[in-house]
Amino acid sequence: MRKLLFTTAAIGIAVLCFTSCTSVKEYQKNKLNDSEMQLSSRKVQKFEMNFQAYREGASGANGGKTSGGCGCN
Amino acid sequence: MRKLSLTVIGMYATILAAFSQNSSDSSLYKNKKLSFDEVDFVSGYYHQNGNNSAVTGGIGSEKLSDFANTIELKLSRYDNKFRRHSFNFELGIDHYSSASSDKIDPSTISSPSHADTRFYPSLGWTIENVNKRTAFGLTGSFSKEFDYKSYGLGASFTKASKDNNRELTVKLQTYFDNWSVIYPIELRAASDQTGNGIQGHSPRNSYNGSFSISQIINQNFQVLIIAEPSYQSGLLATKYQRVFFTDGSELTETLPDTRMKIPIGIRANYFLGDRIIIHSFYRYYQDNWGLKAHTIDLELPLKITPFASVSPFYRFYSQNAVDYFAPFGRHNTSEKYFTSDYDLSKFTSQFFGAGIRLAPPKGILGVQRLNSIDLRYGYYQRSNGLHANEISLHLKVK
Repeated sequence: MRKLLFTTAAIGIAVLCFTSCTSVKEYQKNKLNDSEMQLSSRKVQKFEMNFQAYREGASGANGGKTSGGCGCN
Repeated sequence: MRKLSLTVIGMYATILAAFSQNSSDSSLYKNKKLSFDEVDFVSGYYHQNGNNSAVTGGIGSEKLSDFANTIELKLSRYDNKFRRHSFNFELGIDHYSSASSDKIDPSTISSPSHADTRFYPSLGWTIENVNKRTAFGLTGSFSKEFDYKSYGLGASFTKASKDNNRELTVKLQTYFDNWSVIYPIELRAASDQTGNGIQGHSPRNSYNGSFSISQIINQNFQVLIIAEPSYQSGLLATKYQRVFFTDGSELTETLPDTRMKIPIGIRANYFLGDRIIIHSFYRYYQDNWGLKAHTIDLELPLKITPFASVSPFYRFYSQNAVDYFAPFGRHNTSEKYFTSDYDLSKFTSQFFGAGIRLAPPKGILGVQRLNSIDLRYGYYQRSNGLHANEISLHLKVK
């Protein structure tokens, strides 16, 4: 039941986001183009995402490391 | 009159042609040259401590320090079709020291992993077609440490919508790793009690996919939905990590040879007013070892000036244990797979701190080429006692 509620909520939010959007022209993107608004993780976060991938069982979907080294210490 | 008209049209056409020729020539000449875009230096220091070392079966010091550095050079040029080619060269070097790894062979402090240096260069090429709003990229990477080698290959494709408000990205990445198998000293054969401890080699391969879609909602708000399924095969257990059983016997960690991971994340950034930005992130993760996890991340960059910001952040993480985990001395000898690695146990963690970012138009300290500097500190705390400090610095030269 919890899983169903969670899935429904996630799909609902996604649908709401994608259907309520307006077309934004290039000249209207001054805030969206601000360096603090980028959707990818920033380079300064690179090592903290690495240690989180090593110290926690979950990894991925956050722009961090998923492999390419042992990470066994 | 007809002669005059033809002359005027001819002159007009000549002027047009001359202008277009000039413009085209100069842009082609300018863009075809390989030019320097930027260099990024990232440096980080991480220190942790805890009392659940996997090397000693889930008890003992987890003290570890890691000093990591990368330098990334970006170059670009345009070709005859006005497509942009970007080239990335990255070199990373990490040096770590680990108290628990000394316990692989306690009789010596020069055991293989008590301190090690990881060296990892990578190359990337991306071709971007602005007219078609597409980008295609290839990457190659290598990573080497004492007992581990990794070769990575990747490809990516991005397509933006006509109004550049939506972007779809697909990435495929493979890693072909080779692991030197090292057993704890007491579990090695009598003939292997000396030497560097390497008992053989075993592969570990990873196949990762990444599918993301970003969408601009309005002038202040954009979201990204991302799924990154990953499949791993080969030696996924760390063979120098001990496991102690209820009857007092001891073996090394044993885990299945395959693992399928499915993380799905959503990121939303909102510009609130003129000074505050809200970064939010949620991730759900599940794998076939029985691990489920939730991650929530919130960061609030506050723009003190247009070129300086302070960003406090908070991250909460929760996971249950994998099916094969049990603490020290609690595994039953009838079990097929077993680990006492607390990274795979049930816990919650919190990570909080702040970052500061400066990007003055005249450069850092008036040096025009020093484009920006980011400094970030965070404290990490796990519910099972492990705690850590991490500080990172990013300097961009343009």
